[in-house]
Amino acid sequence: MTAAPDVASSAATLVCRVEDLTPDLGVAALVGGEQVAIFLLGDGSVHCVQNLDPFSGAYVLSRGITGSRGEVPTIASPLYKQVFSLVDGTCLVTMDKSPKPGHAPDLVVHTVRLDNGAVWIDLAGDR
Amino acid sequence: MTTERIVVVGGGMVAHRFTEALRARDAEGRFSVEVLAEEPRAPYDRVALTSYFKGASPEDLHLGDPALWHDPLVTLHRDTRATGIDRDRQVVEVEGGREFGYDHLVLATGSYAWTPPTAGSELPGVFVYRTLDDVAALRHYVQERREKLGRTVRGAVIGGGLLGLEAAGALQELGATSTVIQFADRLMNLQVDEGGGEALKRLIENLGVTVRCSTATQEIKAGKDGHVGSLLFADGAEQLCDVVVFATGVRPRDELGKESGLEMGARGGVVVDDTCLTADPAVSAIGEVACIQGACIGLIAPGNTMAEIAVDRLLGGASTFPGADTAAKLKLLGVDVASFGDAFATTPGALEMVYADPVNGVYKKLVLTDDASTLLGGILVGDASAYASLRPMVGAHLPGDPAGWLLPEGAIERPNVDLPDEAGVCSCNNVSAGSIRGAVNDHDCHDLGAVKACTKAGTSCGSCLPLVKKIMATELEKSGIEVSNALCEHFSISRAQLFNAIKVSELTTFTEIIDRFGTGRGCDICKPTVGSILASLYNEHVLAGDRAALQDTNDRMMANMQKDGTYSVVPRIPGGEITPEGLITIGEVARDFGLYTKITGGQRIDMFGARLEELPKIWKRLVDEGFESGHAYGKSLRTVKSCVGSTWCRYGVQDSVGMAIALELRYRGLRSPHKLKLGVSGCARECAEARGKDVGVIATDNGWNVYVGGNGGFTPVHAQLLVEDVSDEEVFRVIDRYLMYYIRTADRLQRTAPWQQDHEGGLDRIREIVVDDSLGLGEELDAHMSRHIDTYEDEWKAVLSDPVRLRQFASFVNAPDQPDPSLAYVEQRGQRRPATPAERENGPVLIAPTTLEVRS
Ligand code: SRM
Ligand SMILES: Cc1cc2nc3c(=O)[nH]c(=O)nc-3n(C[C@H](O)[C@H](O)[C@H](O)COP(=O)(O)OP(=O)(O)OC[C@H]3O[C@@H](n4cnc5c(N)ncnc54)[C@H](O)[C@@H]3O)c2cc1C
Ligand code: SF4
Ligand code: FES
Repeated sequence: MTAAPDVASSAATLVCRVEDLTPDLGVAALVGGEQVAIFLLGDGSVHCVQNLDPFSGAYVLSRGITGSRGEVPTIASPLYKQVFSLVDGTCLVTMDKSPKPGHAPDLVVHTVRLDNGAVWIDLAGDR
Repeated sequence: MTTERIVVVGGGMVAHRFTEALRARDAEGRFSVEVLAEEPRAPYDRVALTSYFKGASPEDLHLGDPALWHDPLVTLHRDTRATGIDRDRQVVEVEGGREFGYDHLVLATGSYAWTPPTAGSELPGVFVYRTLDDVAALRHYVQERREKLGRTVRGAVIGGGLLGLEAAGALQELGATSTVIQFADRLMNLQVDEGGGEALKRLIENLGVTVRCSTATQEIKAGKDGHVGSLLFADGAEQLCDVVVFATGVRPRDELGKESGLEMGARGGVVVDDTCLTADPAVSAIGEVACIQGACIGLIAPGNTMAEIAVDRLLGGASTFPGADTAAKLKLLGVDVASFGDAFATTPGALEMVYADPVNGVYKKLVLTDDASTLLGGILVGDASAYASLRPMVGAHLPGDPAGWLLPEGAIERPNVDLPDEAGVCSCNNVSAGSIRGAVNDHDCHDLGAVKACTKAGTSCGSCLPLVKKIMATELEKSGIEVSNALCEHFSISRAQLFNAIKVSELTTFTEIIDRFGTGRGCDICKPTVGSILASLYNEHVLAGDRAALQDTNDRMMANMQKDGTYSVVPRIPGGEITPEGLITIGEVARDFGLYTKITGGQRIDMFGARLEELPKIWKRLVDEGFESGHAYGKSLRTVKSCVGSTWCRYGVQDSVGMAIALELRYRGLRSPHKLKLGVSGCARECAEARGKDVGVIATDNGWNVYVGGNGGFTPVHAQLLVEDVSDEEVFRVIDRYLMYYIRTADRLQRTAPWQQDHEGGLDRIREIVVDDSLGLGEELDAHMSRHIDTYEDEWKAVLSDPVRLRQFASFVNAPDQPDPSLAYVEQRGQRRPATPAERENGPVLIAPTTLEVRS
């Protein structure tokens, strides 16, 4: 988070173009060997979180359903239906379950940069 | 005003309740509390200790609001063991020599796990099961041994009571095998009788736990490396074992009381009167350490009651201990056992009423007064669904036929109980039916969360929740408050209302629908519901337009997601009839893609472990060979199960396979509020189990009987007769209308059985509508169904010819064919299955997913 901007941008990876994304249908991408989930929402914003679902241990979040809780845009895990904020990764609905041992309930959110229709993901800017 | 100093020795569950209640009620701040706790952490939920093995962290076990420990009048001293009491000087000494002076002393030191003297019990690998540190050490040891030994760890639990069975479940949760060694002749001998013990043993064995009753353990023997290696029994038998957990009972930690000269119970415990005071007016004892009314009680509910009484007395109240409810319910997934009241029928003249179904491992007993009118107690094994309702009825008149409580739910009507206000509903927290009604009526608690927060009912073991919910709903209904039937936060109307709204408005995209009838962006509840309604109404492709983003992942990928994120593939096999060529095709596809194959409970074949990016290739092969989607993923028609029928069977009176295939082809692809299953049997012997289905068709000499509203699953229900002795055409017509009427009016994820039960006027009213056409809806329902039948297309075939939709099946947007690198498998019985976390950690058995060259 404290990384200087130039370092951060040199760590960013070009994964696809916005036209490759369908609104509300997530995709998975490999960024430096790590699996991430990317979502284009109806308002044109693009969000990126870890693809690993902490409650099942499977890499499936890109295949969940997008939505909202109050004002917060969300993603629901396709396996056990936990709901996470796409803005800060907080687990908003645990379904009374705990994450798999060794996993935190909240998601890591990755920084997305849009540059002339290109989608860049920056793991150095992790929150 | 000077504050009086209270010192509590022991930082367990009851100490917590005492402190919480005191701070809640002592508004003026008369008392300050110092809690001396030997454990290194704040009091936690010991009752839920076993959840630690399911991944709960120590923080998840915290009790109540942690802010309690920051209250200026409360001080918690962790890691602080009291070593002596000087009652003359009114001080408690702790390890290290520090002293705490008190005006009033509360002993809440609980119990310790008692182990019978057994040779070898000091060996590494022997554990007890009482504190968080105990279970953490056990978990660590099992993991370590697994790595060291390179195989599954063998576990044994000595003691077959409530706690022993919980521990056995925990060992399994840790990936160890587990054997329960019980000295008595049956499991849970304190709670269940012989018949119950038999049923319980079968249930426990079904979980994969080995049970040895009437077995005394003589010695724990060391293995070669000095750790636990085996158990030697009194009968000379020996069993290999790597870890032993003792669950042989508890004894009060009464040494402080004993040494300071307080009176001890015959079997230990600090003797107190009904106000929880000892003979010394400055000393109380509460919880498991207290010997009250002649006994120490190892349950949390009476402990909490004692804490409340001690607080009440300090504040000048007059409450006394009412006696303990020793009802108990086992907290083990998949095993229902409950015992309450006079379970062993010791009351003179008591009657016992028993229902036993050995095949399903169900044993139920009610103990009643000699005139069979008043409930005294009971034992429920295998099906404890009646526990929450029955327990509070102990001592009360049981209305209606008591058999209603014993027979499987739905067999005959369960008497409707209106509990008296004073009946206890939540025994963990001592909450009566009246307090729940009060919370609803006087404190405006209109949902379960509010009632729980207000009364504390249901916040401990949770077994009373169904009853709490029922009482709440009844009260809300009485006061005319509508129990919300909103779909979710985005739609304030029910599914049935939304169905009509969409139909009438003719809107066809989610965006339009939510703008018009809802708010926000939708969620995982309303999106699939709208997707399903649109599919039922227009039968367009599930991935058409903006629909793909509405579907649950199973519908979105047209396959069932498995635990590791791969999918299963189920081609349709109508009526269960398949040619040898068809079988060969499925076999070849499964072999070429390395898929695990299994015959399903629905008479077809499931292939598991297909990766997202492989799905189109697999389906191309299947579709080319004439297969189509089996919709195993959809809330839609699944299978029509059949028996062989009159074509081969010597008893068959109609062609059940032909009828099943006709029905399956008629309704395939039909989207509905929940899944739909049908069955057809060729005679009354009912080999197809058709009455367990949403629609069951059973052959008669004159035609067919049609039954509706059957269900397997959690609450099995037999289908009820809708029409008798009808022709093929009439079978199709009544089922067309029944299904369409259900699709239009049922709630989200409501199967036909509960829909039919909840429908006003029940099945009779439904029969008037769909058979006699009393609402004049018949033609419209018929037309809707013919539209469905005429526009059916195979979803998978359609996707294979659509490059845009095919793009969805890429594993990664920037590496569309690369397999998910996290997948790992092991071989079992000649096929592969996902590796467990332990197998992943231990490495050597991992194999990469087989990706064979695929002909396409
Ligand atoms: C594969 C199969 C088990 C097997 O290996 O035999 C199976 C597997 C699943 N069943 Fe089942 N059920 C299977 C036959 C049954 C049956 C027996 C039958 O159909 O004759 C029943 C009881 C009959 C009934 O439905 O009333 C059954 C009652 C359930 C239920 C409980 C439904 C209920 O009303 O309470 C669920 C949970 C649910 O749907 O919400 C469920 C859910 C599931 C799910 C979808 C769980 C999940 O969400 O992952 C499983 C997915 C399988 C997959 O990925 O392919 N499955 N399931 C069977 C597939 C049959 C088929 O060919 O399509
Ligand atoms: C795995 C498990 C499952 C259970 N399930 C159920 C259930 O389903 N239903 C039910 O009703 N009950 C259940 N129980 C029993 C329930 O947990 C106890 O009845 C309850 O915890 C008793 O509370 P307590 O405060 O009296 O004792 P404890 O919770 O044992 O607390 C006593 C505390 O005092 C401390 N202490 C002792 N001596 C000293 C000293 N000299 N100085 C300082 N501190 C001291 C101990 O370290 C301990 O932390 C279960 C118990 C276990 C272990
Ligand atoms: S019973 Fe059905 S849902 Fe449960 S594990 Fe078996 S297949 Fe899965
Ligand atoms: S009876 Fe245990 S929480 Fe209510």
